[in-house]
Amino acid sequence: MKSKWWIIGLSIALLLAVISPIASKFPDGLDRFAEDNNFVDKASEPAFMVVPDYSFPGIDNEATATIVAGLLGTLLLFGFVFGLASMLKSKHEA
Amino acid sequence: MHIPDGFLSAPVAVATGVVAVAAIAVAVKQTNKKMGEKQVPMMGVLAAFIFAAQMLNFPVAGGTSGHFIGAALAAILLGPWATVLILSSVLVVQSLVFQDGGLLALGANITNMGLIAGFSSYYIYKGLDALSKHNKAGTLVGAGIGAWFGVVLASLACAAELSISGTSPWAIAVPAMGGVHILIGVGEGLITVAVLSLIMATRADLLKLQVA
Repeated sequence: MKSKWWIIGLSIALLLAVISPIASKFPDGLDRFAEDNNFVDKASEPAFMVVPDYSFPGIDNEATATIVAGLLGTLLLFGFVFGLASMLKSKHEA
Repeated sequence: MHIPDGFLSAPVAVATGVVAVAAIAVAVKQTNKKMGEKQVPMMGVLAAFIFAAQMLNFPVAGGTSGHFIGAALAAILLGPWATVLILSSVLVVQSLVFQDGGLLALGANITNMGLIAGFSSYYIYKGLDALSKHNKAGTLVGAGIGAWFGVVLASLACAAELSISGTSPWAIAVPAMGGVHILIGVGEGLITVAVLSLIMATRADLLKLQVA
């Protein structure tokens, strides 16, 4: 197989996004600590919402909304950090 | 371990913000010298993988979950300064687009999950790898233990920030955060070792891309 290794790596990341609806819905370590110690209400509402709770707005099916949000974030981060690293590379080559 | 806005006092948010901005500035300087043809896609793939893997919370004891952070994996593959850039990018996108982690708490989240988790896991891994004379099993054990420490130390930093902010007393925050992350860190270690094993078995040359 001659596929470039990073295409395989990115595919694995996208696959994780696709299976992300199976993630545990339990609060994470910090959220749990905040709930148990009654300071979870101190969390302020975000000033704006884009894709809150990893659920793409306007999609009724919860799993689908999560998958779309996950794929969006995965591709966004690949593109953003690939671009950033390219800029850093050209900086010393220029 | 993403701190939302409202948990940190202004001084803690500003202080950690200054630390994060300084770390990113140093990271840019440190990484640009060795950034090459193969490092660019590795940076992108790691950011993508870490974002996606962070969505996959796994259950730990008592109705609590944890998730992969990825700082150890990034640090082992590309070095701790590159890790600061990767984790900062992930945390900025999570905060701006997904409202996971507060905007004002970004400095603290970058300090904990990028800087502290990245550097601590990297140097513990380096030390154990050298002690094992770089044999494969020793490298993997070092990676797993380094990853575990990275998560636990990041959680203790988070507990310290919450306690200095007056959100939760020190005597409660440290054992509570440390205790649950002792378990979550095991997940981090296992995932880190699994990914490194896969890379060792398929493309061992990709283990030699450290930039800084």
